[in-house]
Parts: sequence; C-alpha cells; structure tokens
Amino acid sequence: MTQELMKSTLENSGRRDFLVKSAATSGALAIGFTLPGIGNAATGQDAAAEVTHWVVIQPDDTVVIRIARSELGQGSFTGLAQLVAEELQCDWSKVRPEYADVNMHIKRNRIFGSMSTGGSRSIRDSQDYIRKAGAAARQMLVAAAAREWGVPASECRAQDSVISHVSGRTTTYGKVAAAAATMEVPTDIVLKSPGEWKIAGTSPARFDIPAKTNGSQVYASDVRLPGMLYASVMRSPVFGSKLKGYDVSKVMGMRGVKQVVADEDWVAVVADNWWRANKALRTMPVEWEASEHDNVSSESIMQFLRTGIDATDVPVAREDGDVEAAFAGAAKVIEAEYHSGFLNHATMEPQNAAALYTDERLEVWCGTQNGETTAAAASETSGIPLENVIVHKMHAGGGFGRRVAHQDFTKQAVKIAMAVPGTLVRLQWSREEDMRQGRYRPVSLVKLRGALDKDGNWTAWHARQADQSIILTVRPNIIENGIDPINTRCFRDNPYAVPAFRNEYAMRNPHVPPGFCRAVAHTNNPFYRECFIDELAHAAGKDPYQFRRPLLQGTKDLPLLDAVADAIGWDKPAAAGIHRGIAVVDSYGSFTAAAVELSVDNGKEIDVKRVVVALDPGHVVHPDAVKAQMEGGVVWGLSFIMHEEITIKNGRVVQGNFTDYPVLSLAQTPQIETIIMPSGGFWGGVGEPPIGAVIPAIGNALFEATGERVRSMPLKKLGYRYKS
Amino acid sequence: QMTSLNVNGKQVTVDVEDDMPLLWVLRDELGLTGTKYACGVAACGACTVLIDGKPVRSCVMPASALEGRKITTIEALSADGQSHPVQKAWVQLQVPQCGFCQSGMIMAAAALLDQNKQPTNADIDAAMTNVCRCGTYARVREAIHLAARLV
Repeated sequence: MTQELMKSTLENSGRRDFLVKSAATSGALAIGFTLPGIGNAATGQDAAAEVTHWVVIQPDDTVVIRIARSELGQGSFTGLAQLVAEELQCDWSKVRPEYADVNMHIKRNRIFGSMSTGGSRSIRDSQDYIRKAGAAARQMLVAAAAREWGVPASECRAQDSVISHVSGRTTTYGKVAAAAATMEVPTDIVLKSPGEWKIAGTSPARFDIPAKTNGSQVYASDVRLPGMLYASVMRSPVFGSKLKGYDVSKVMGMRGVKQVVADEDWVAVVADNWWRANKALRTMPVEWEASEHDNVSSESIMQFLRTGIDATDVPVAREDGDVEAAFAGAAKVIEAEYHSGFLNHATMEPQNAAALYTDERLEVWCGTQNGETTAAAASETSGIPLENVIVHKMHAGGGFGRRVAHQDFTKQAVKIAMAVPGTLVRLQWSREEDMRQGRYRPVSLVKLRGALDKDGNWTAWHARQADQSIILTVRPNIIENGIDPINTRCFRDNPYAVPAFRNEYAMRNPHVPPGFCRAVAHTNNPFYRECFIDELAHAAGKDPYQFRRPLLQGTKDLPLLDAVADAIGWDKPAAAGIHRGIAVVDSYGSFTAAAVELSVDNGKEIDVKRVVVALDPGHVVHPDAVKAQMEGGVVWGLSFIMHEEITIKNGRVVQGNFTDYPVLSLAQTPQIETIIMPSGGFWGGVGEPPIGAVIPAIGNALFEATGERVRSMPLKKLGYRYKS
Repeated sequence: QMTSLNVNGKQVTVDVEDDMPLLWVLRDELGLTGTKYACGVAACGACTVLIDGKPVRSCVMPASALEGRKITTIEALSADGQSHPVQKAWVQLQVPQCGFCQSGMIMAAAALLDQNKQPTNADIDAAMTNVCRCGTYARVREAIHLAARLV
C-alpha cells in the first residue's frame, strides 16, 4: 500500500471515530487475553466501495455487511445483517454478509467493537451501534445522491437500495457508493422504533443454511492446501501434569508420519493424513509426571464441596431482612441439598485449528467464538506481532462457550505449525481428546433452607452454594469478597419477593479446568431454586404455580409463568397418567418459563409428552431463529437433566466419547411448543435463556408423577431413563 | 495397498492401508470434506454415507472392503447440491444450526425415505440415530415428513 493511500485511509478512519467510540463502549477486551499496543494502520480493502467499515456497496448494488460476531448456527450472520439492513433501507435480496476481518479490526484500533460470541450477547450488545452504522451509511448515500443532483438531502428518500428525489429522479446505492464513502459520517442519527421495522422482526432464510445441506460449508475441519499436514494431540490426562517422556522410535517409521512435536504438557504426531497421525499417537509410548492430583475422584471433589457447605465463615452475596428471626419464628422449616457434576460442551466438531507459520507471518483458520482471542493466542504463542497474524474465522461446528476464552487448541496448532514452517498443519483433536480436555461446566453442591409460616406463606430462605469458579480462571478481577458474580446468579438476583433471604457463596476449586458452557450457572442453579420452591409449595399444601404468583407480582417473570401455565392447561386436570411441572427463570437479560407434561412407566421410564417454553427477550430480530434456539435449549435441558456427567477418577476424566457421554437423541425429543412474547423496551439474550426453566420443570413433574424428589443430576444415576 | 473405489459415480484408485476407514480416504485422500469426523466410533453418524444406497458410518468402515460397491457422499446426493427432496425440505424448514451433523443427518434421512416413502414418527425415531448437539431434532423429524411429501 502506498503512503498516500495509507494516509487517506487513516483520515477516513479518523472521521469514523464516532462509530468506533460507540463500539468501544460495549466492553473490554476479549476475556483472558490482552491485545498489546495496536497502532492505527490501513486496510487493503477497496476503500472506494466502503461506505463505512460495516457496509461495503458494490457497483452492482450488492450490499456487503460485515459481521463481527461468529456464526455458530444461532443465526448471527442473518440477524445482525438484518439490523444493519433495516436502517440502511437496502434491498434485502442484495445483502451478502461476510466476516469482519480480524486483522483489519486490530489494525484499525478495534473498529468493529467486541467480536466475542458468548453470553447470548451478539445482538443485545451490538444492536445499537450496528443499527447506527446502517443509518449512517444510508444518510451518506442519500447525501451523495443529493450532492450529485444539487438538491437538499431532505428532498430525497431511500428505500430498497433506491434513492429518489421529489422531482422523480432516482439512482441506486451502487451508483453513489463511491461518492458516499467520501462523505462525512453523520452524527445526528435517529433510529427507527422497532414498530417501524420491515426487515428486522421478520424471518428471512438464514444465509448459512444452504451450504450446510450439501457439504459445501467449509469448517476449520475442512481447510485444505496442497502438501498440508495433519496433527493429532494428547495433553496430560491428569490436568496440570507434565510430559515425562515419549518414544519417537516407535512411530517414526510408520507410514506417513513426519514429525513428533512436544510441549510441556502435550505431545502431537504430524502426518500426511489425520488417521495416520492419530494412529501413531495412540501407538507411541508416552509417560506423564506423577502429580498431586493423581488420586482425585468425583467422590473426593464432592467431599471438597462439602467443606464449603459445612464452613462457618462464608461470604454473603445477598442478605434481605432478618433471616434468623424468620427461621426462629417459622411454623415449618424445609431443608434440602442439591448437586450436579461436570458437563462437557461436546461440540459436534471436535476442537481444531489450522495454522501456517513463516518467520514473518502467521495464518490461522479457526472455528472461534472470538476472532480477537484467537489472534491474541496465536500472536502470544508464536511471537509474531499481532499485525502479522491473519485469523480466518470459520463457521464453527458448535460453540456453546468452548471456543471463546481458552483457545488451547489454537495455541497447540500454532506451536505445531512452528515446527514445520511454511507448511499448513491442521490440528484435529480426536473426540476422546475433546471429551477429556474440556473446560467443564463446574460441579456444585447447594444447601437450601426455607421457612413457612402457619398459613403456608414463604417467609424466609437461605441458599448456601459451594462450587467452582470459572471467572477466576479468566477475569479474576471481577471477583469481590470471594464471591463469584456469575455462579451466584439465579440466587443473588432472584425475583421472588420473600421478606428474608440470605445467599452465601463458598468457592471450592478442584483441579479440573472449568469453562463457560451454554447457560453457565443457569444449567444448574434454576434446577436447585425452582425445584426447592416446588418443595416449599408442597410443604405449604399449595399449588406450585399459585404459590409462586404472589411473590412475582410486578416482575417481568410473571407474564411468562402465566403464559406457560395457560398453554399447558394448568387450571384443568391433566389426562390420566400425565403429570405436570412448571418453573420460571430470568437470565442473560431475558425472561423464560417452562411447563411440561410427562408420564412415568415402571417407576423409572420417563416419557416427556410436551414441553412448553416461553421467552421474553424484549425485542426479536429473527423470530424463526429465536424459535430454533428455544427448541435447541429444550433439547439441552432434557439432555443435561437425564444424561450428562463428566466424572473424575485418578485425577482424569473417565468418559471418552458419545458412547459413555450420551446426549439426547431424536427419539427422546418430545413435542416442543414455543411462545415468543417480546414485551419491548429492553434487549435480552436468546441462545442460553431457554435452557434454565426446562430442567426444573422436568424435576417438578417427576415429583408429581412419582412422589420422589430428585435433587441431583443426571437422573440416569438415580435409575431413570427416557422412553425411546 | 491400491484400492479401487466407486465414489459418487467415478472410479478412483487410492493407495492406503487396508485398515484406513473410508472417512479418512474421503476427507484426506480425496478431498471430499462434506462427510464429517465427530466421534470415530460409529456413535454419532456425522460420517454417514450411502453404500449401495444404504446408510453406513464411514468412520469405522475400512475402504479396502468397499471395492465394487457404490459409495455416495453428501456432495453427490443431488447433481446441483439443492434439488434432493431432503435438501429442499431442510432449507424450507431451516433445519441446520451449526450444521456439522447435517451431512450425516441428511444422508440418513435420504436412505430412510428411499426405503420407506411415508415414514411415521416411530419409523423416524428408529432410523435417525444421528447425534445433533444443537438440538435440531424436532425440525429433522418435521423435515423428513415434508421431504416425503416432496418426493
């Protein structure tokens, strides 16, 4: 790039500062990494057609909308494009989304804001600045046409990629895009109210779907170059243990094997075909150092959690009213302990990344939930400066939180690529590696106490949590007074108007690495809270739905609870042999509730007949994608409560594949009814919220059916199974 | 070891070990990456291809055993990549989420409909044992019924 072009691009990006600034308010750098000093730099993009960095318009009227978040199948490529297109008022049939280039983003001072695709945040955190980006581009296009015609912009209007003047003259976005790119970026932007939306709020066909029906979607797993190599890796099975030794001589003669690459706690075989690499890895004798964790088991971890339940001095996350007095004056006190184990994300695409290293430059192909963390991890591992790191974001074969913060697979791929400079290497984890090197949804043990007065009113409760902190491993600075602000959700921020409440939190961190897994603390805390409230209702002799209602008056939770009760027919008796459960949860800025109907045969065989799930995310951009997320959330909830648990023996994960870590099957999937009821005025998340309420609704229905109160997951350990 | 295979209507010869599963011949030797690796033990079905029209999990099937058999992968389910009734139904009902299981899911569904023109829910439940982690199962079921009507 010439100095002049670089200078003009820099000036352009300076004029666009307001967009950058509004983007920057969305938050800090990606979790877990810091990007060292980034200077302003230029981009290789065709500046003529780049109206703003978000919107590139080609002469043929194609509108390229850049997407900063990752497409994991949740529909971000479509939903985010809709929000830009809505304000741009372009012809939707001309829209083509593409990934915002990570390298450009870094060189242009993080111009696209956050790239993090987790926490159900893609839309709710970026909707304001990307809608403004669409509106700004529209105003610039109109201004360019008005200037060309010598008329005031106020006499022009834009719709469906056509700009028209009151005189009848018209032009198209493609014709004025180059001129628009030279216009001042406006600052006087008024966004449409959602009631005026024509593109957002509808369900156009998702852009990512056709390629996913014919094998043409290229995931990171599918990246190929002539002469490329493949690698399979094994990391120390006891977390934190070091590599002691390995015998290369046993594999170097094997067909296709090129090299063995080792690091402090892992070893990888590189070959000309992945099956050969993996076979050699399995054949190679490998020894690991003894570790202080060699005797850790799920049982010993449970005992460790119990020390948190038994401890006398535990930090208090929330305290309302006089808890002790309320318990002292109670007519009835109910106590219960709830527990659940580790979970793995088990994305269908096992973790992987491809890398091509030379002394000056590093390219990485990765199905990442955050292109920035991938770039930072690659740069940090290789020593190649960030501006020379190229990250190719690929649609991921499932994310669910596994591909956000840790980037362990990226670091390994880069290390391996550094051992074979100039050759593309694709590191593919085996399923077994993926199962045993997860970043697991942590274990937890919770003790709950509740007080009822003589009339069965709920007067006080007390939640003592003992669990493992995830945030400690990525952003320890947000932990205050030893209280994990994420793991205490659902208790600390519960909506029930009970006069006295105490939430205590005892952090207990075993050696098993924790991670954010879709819905995080809302995979387990709603089960504990909402099943315990069901216990209180029964102890009070009250209907579980009616027991909750007065305590939720005036909340946004109540309409959801009412909606699912109404849909399931709560006020009418269920059919013979059918039993119901209900629960309500808010999370990730949204409100949800679930009601289920099930029957139980032979005391243990559960046939889930219906699941009704309701969601209020404030605003809905793509109703069908929201529905799909709710359907998936129901499947996750049913899978978690019945099937899933990672157990630990001798310091390592026992499970290795879908054979011993089964997930819900199609045959076990019930009729799912979704109710989307946006109430407006706020922007909530969608990907995670639908899971939480489903789990306790099943637990509560099971109690109705069997009289047995289930207080731990997965239910298979209690002898239950799904009918299929 | 030279093995001659009929893949998507073309005769190809590959020089691979006798025990190399078809999946890796397809993906790494022939560059047909639409068929996915997800478990390696025939537990999830992401690697499903058709062999003489029957669904087979290619991750445990040695390629050397398939000489003279007709192998069809997702890339050749339809000539244009969109006109098979299952593909049409999948797009119409917006089935995939992440999509990684869907090649195998679609091949299994195509094989089911080839055997059973009007599958019931019970037939679908029995035949469709592929794992989908995103939870698209309800739409898969619905889309198979739709595809049956489109045939």
